[in-house]
Amino acid sequence: MTLSNSIDRGPLFFRDRDWHPAAYTPGYKTSMTRAPFRPLVSLGSTLSEETGPAFGHSMIGELDNNLIMNFTGQPAIGERIIMHGRVLDENGRGVPNTLVEIWQANAGGRYRHKKDGYQAPLDPNFGGCGRTLTGPDGAYEFLTVRPGAYPWPNHVNSWRPMHIHISVFGSGFGQRLITQMYFEGDPLIAKCPIVNTIGQENAIEALVAPLDMNRAIPMDCLAYKFDIVLRGRRQSFFENRTEGL
Amino acid sequence: MQKLDYLKETPSQTAGPYVHIGLTPNALGIPGIYPVDLGRSPVRDGARGERITITGRVIDGAGMVLRDALFETWQADADGIYPGNDPRGAADPNVTGWARVAADFDTGIWRLDTIKPGRVPFPDGRPMAPHINVWLVARGVNLGLQTRICFDDEEQANAECPVLTRIEHKARIPTLLAKKTGPGEYSFDFRLQGEDETVFFDI
Repeated sequence: MTLSNSIDRGPLFFRDRDWHPAAYTPGYKTSMTRAPFRPLVSLGSTLSEETGPAFGHSMIGELDNNLIMNFTGQPAIGERIIMHGRVLDENGRGVPNTLVEIWQANAGGRYRHKKDGYQAPLDPNFGGCGRTLTGPDGAYEFLTVRPGAYPWPNHVNSWRPMHIHISVFGSGFGQRLITQMYFEGDPLIAKCPIVNTIGQENAIEALVAPLDMNRAIPMDCLAYKFDIVLRGRRQSFFENRTEGL
Repeated sequence: MQKLDYLKETPSQTAGPYVHIGLTPNALGIPGIYPVDLGRSPVRDGARGERITITGRVIDGAGMVLRDALFETWQADADGIYPGNDPRGAADPNVTGWARVAADFDTGIWRLDTIKPGRVPFPDGRPMAPHINVWLVARGVNLGLQTRICFDDEEQANAECPVLTRIEHKARIPTLLAKKTGPGEYSFDFRLQGEDETVFFDI
């Protein structure tokens, strides 16, 4: 039993569901039939949510976090960017060795998916997914192309802003989170029905990655910084738990 | 007053219609980036316990079967120990406990091959009924839905489960029970909305 493991065992902080998007958000039409109508049953975390899967560095390939090169070995077309940041918990501590997976459209806004019929062409050298494990301080990094905006059948003329989908684990299954990263200055952010499922303006701001010139590489690529915050854990000794749990 | 300086959790967004590109690219038909998709099975050969198969669908409020749903499961081994970071000790080495389950792109039917988990203690020490934890995402789902699959042939354990007995509307408890359909075989549908809506938890 290591010290870091023992620290990571406390009950999870409660989720602020007014900060997250509500389930039923009619501006985003698909949510209307996929949102539960009955109240959630309040439970709080148990061992079932405070434990979670662990992933090893042996499963990560050398190019897994390089979406420009990981599909065919030939470079993808588009604006080269580094996407980097840290996975933290609500206590501000880095979350080490956790799996971060991303997926996205290509530079023209087209996904490599049979259901995406958008006329922008596929890039033969772009697959669109990547993964990495965070370092000891929770840091992660991807090299990719900036995805294009694309239209989708919601309102007559709905367009998604440029975005990268992100999936993160944490140390407990109850921390599991999927979200989307948007890009500083994109005027489509304010118009997007999916972005606007979030009610609070500062919560939307938390999904917008700033341009990070300090991490850009001259004559090579720009950079965007995106920190991801997962639910924290209580660390009090005064938990109502049976000895040995 | 001092400033309460906790960070806020990153807000959730829907996984969208193309979640399989990121999480199960090989199953989708994007081979060559990863050797295998993660979470294909929560158990390996040799895992102790009763082998079971659960099949089912995810159904929306209009009765339509979702073909773009994906969920993950997390479960204990046959003795009720979680792999990895369970403070009570080491789990069966042949149980990873975690799986990714995608609905079939054409039929919407999903299938989970695993072992029946043992009972895990609630924070006050009482044993919970055997259960598989579920986190479900899809287009139209803004924040991953958390629920559990329990088993309808565990009457005694279900009756004393501190989680199931917390559900005020008793008529809703069966929405969490996988129905035994044969030896080691169960069926379970997630109903996102409406009649017989599955119980989802705020955990």
